[in-house]
Amino acid sequence: MNWQAVKSIYFFEMARFFRTLMQSFISPVISTSLYFVVFGAAIGSRIEEVEGVSYGAFIVPGLIMLSVITQAISNASFGIYFPKFIGTIYELLSAPINFLEIVMGYVGAAATKAMFIGLVILGTAALFVDLSIQHPIAMLAFLVLTCVSFSLFGFIIGIWAGNFEQLQLVPLLVVTPLVFLGGSFYSISMLPDAWQTVALFNPVVYLISGFRWAFFGMADVPIGLSLMAIAVFTGLCVGAIWWIFKTGWKIRN
Amino acid sequence: MAAIVEIDDVKKVYDGGFAALKGVTLDIEEGEILALLGPNGAGKTTLISTICGIARPSSGSIRVGGHDVVSDFRAARSLVGLVPQEVNLEPFEKVWNTVRFSRGLFGRPKDDVMIEKILRQLSLWDKKDTAIRALSGGMKRRVLIAKALSHEPRVLFLDEPTAGVDVELRRDMWEIVAGLKADGVTIILTTHYIEEAEAIADRIGVINKGQLLLVEDKDALMTRMGQKRLRIDLQERVSEIPASLGEFELERTESGEALIYTYDTRAERTGIAKLMAAMSAAGLVLRDLQTSQNSLEDIFVGLVHEPEDAA
Repeated sequence: MNWQAVKSIYFFEMARFFRTLMQSFISPVISTSLYFVVFGAAIGSRIEEVEGVSYGAFIVPGLIMLSVITQAISNASFGIYFPKFIGTIYELLSAPINFLEIVMGYVGAAATKAMFIGLVILGTAALFVDLSIQHPIAMLAFLVLTCVSFSLFGFIIGIWAGNFEQLQLVPLLVVTPLVFLGGSFYSISMLPDAWQTVALFNPVVYLISGFRWAFFGMADVPIGLSLMAIAVFTGLCVGAIWWIFKTGWKIRN
Repeated sequence: MAAIVEIDDVKKVYDGGFAALKGVTLDIEEGEILALLGPNGAGKTTLISTICGIARPSSGSIRVGGHDVVSDFRAARSLVGLVPQEVNLEPFEKVWNTVRFSRGLFGRPKDDVMIEKILRQLSLWDKKDTAIRALSGGMKRRVLIAKALSHEPRVLFLDEPTAGVDVELRRDMWEIVAGLKADGVTIILTTHYIEEAEAIADRIGVINKGQLLLVEDKDALMTRMGQKRLRIDLQERVSEIPASLGEFELERTESGEALIYTYDTRAERTGIAKLMAAMSAAGLVLRDLQTSQNSLEDIFVGLVHEPEDAA
């Protein structure tokens, strides 16, 4: 194991993040505040409570997931796409490192950044609503797992993308709708029956539900199912990445 | 000396079906400077890429320091530094950071003294905190070299190090290469500048259309190159070379209107004056004289075009 290389990639990627720390910090704070103004104040005044939790607090886990998933994907996909785009990937390919080390470096850094954003949003949300977290360890574990699994997913997108448009395509066309329809701002039980069934095919529903359970002890689907969903998703991503490096798909001739 | 890079019948066929390497076998000796000459698209970069791990050979084997580049890639790649042809650098990074990153990537422990030494050697020390986008083209090339040297490789590949570089920087580059050789680094460089191969290489390989056409000591090539041809046009055609001119080993053109004398410019006496005297004694009247040099370029062009003519 070339730990030195993992460390180098990780800190090199993190350095880029720290150079733009203010942007990284301010944008989630502003967007979270906007969500609270629009959803919390405008809509929340009509909804009052969802299953005993104030609507303002109810949307916090979904809001965090929304940003964390988007950030994890965009950080990781950009992180590996950029060297491909400017050509510095030659160095990764000629270095004495294997795929696991490359993935640990890039995905580790992308997940750390997403985690940071998630915690910033949590902190901002705490300024607006009264938050109590019933299962703090489970909450953190869910957060870490989501950061890692979606960073893995982003890494795959970054390898696959042949241009900047494609880099935006999957997050825009697939991930954003899935997250918005995944119960970020409502409980699945609020949907008509038919749509509740449809919603169960959305993997993000399981994530948000599990994460919300960690906060309030309430969930749309059983917590075990949520854990299984995220495990399966992580496994699929790891498998895909393993295949990519084994075959050299899109990176090595 | 032992071979540090052993290339055995390496073939490379790209996905599109293009055969970039058609069975290359080559041993690179430890400590030498080998220049690979060839036109664009000859397979020079592909050969380097397969050695360095950027491309996989379709068949054949490559060993660096005795380690197979596929099955024992860590050990093999640790020994190799690569300076790519394209200036591939992160524009927003500082010189210092990017060079340090390269060292770490190769699993070497942090060693700022070593990096300082490399940057000073390449006259980059006062630019160490400059972002790469603010550097000139020549400086960027130096950064690429610094990155490749940061992990103290024993074999250094320079892919077209002086393409599009001005004369002064080219001289600097040659000095850098000479300095590395003095430190015991084996250097393989590709170029399509013949003078460059002449100026710095110990051995010269000529590659074209995926095949290695020749690998020879530069000195042996230079001897071949040192020969000059003197063409003597005659007033009247001759059907055969007079016996009195036998010692000059002349060649007669097909129609007999000219004789050709080959001589070594570096020899003490070229024998031209003697030939002239002998010719006039034999009663041959000269109409015109012209000389031409048998340059590396001729050898190169001859080699590169032969397979085409044969096809």
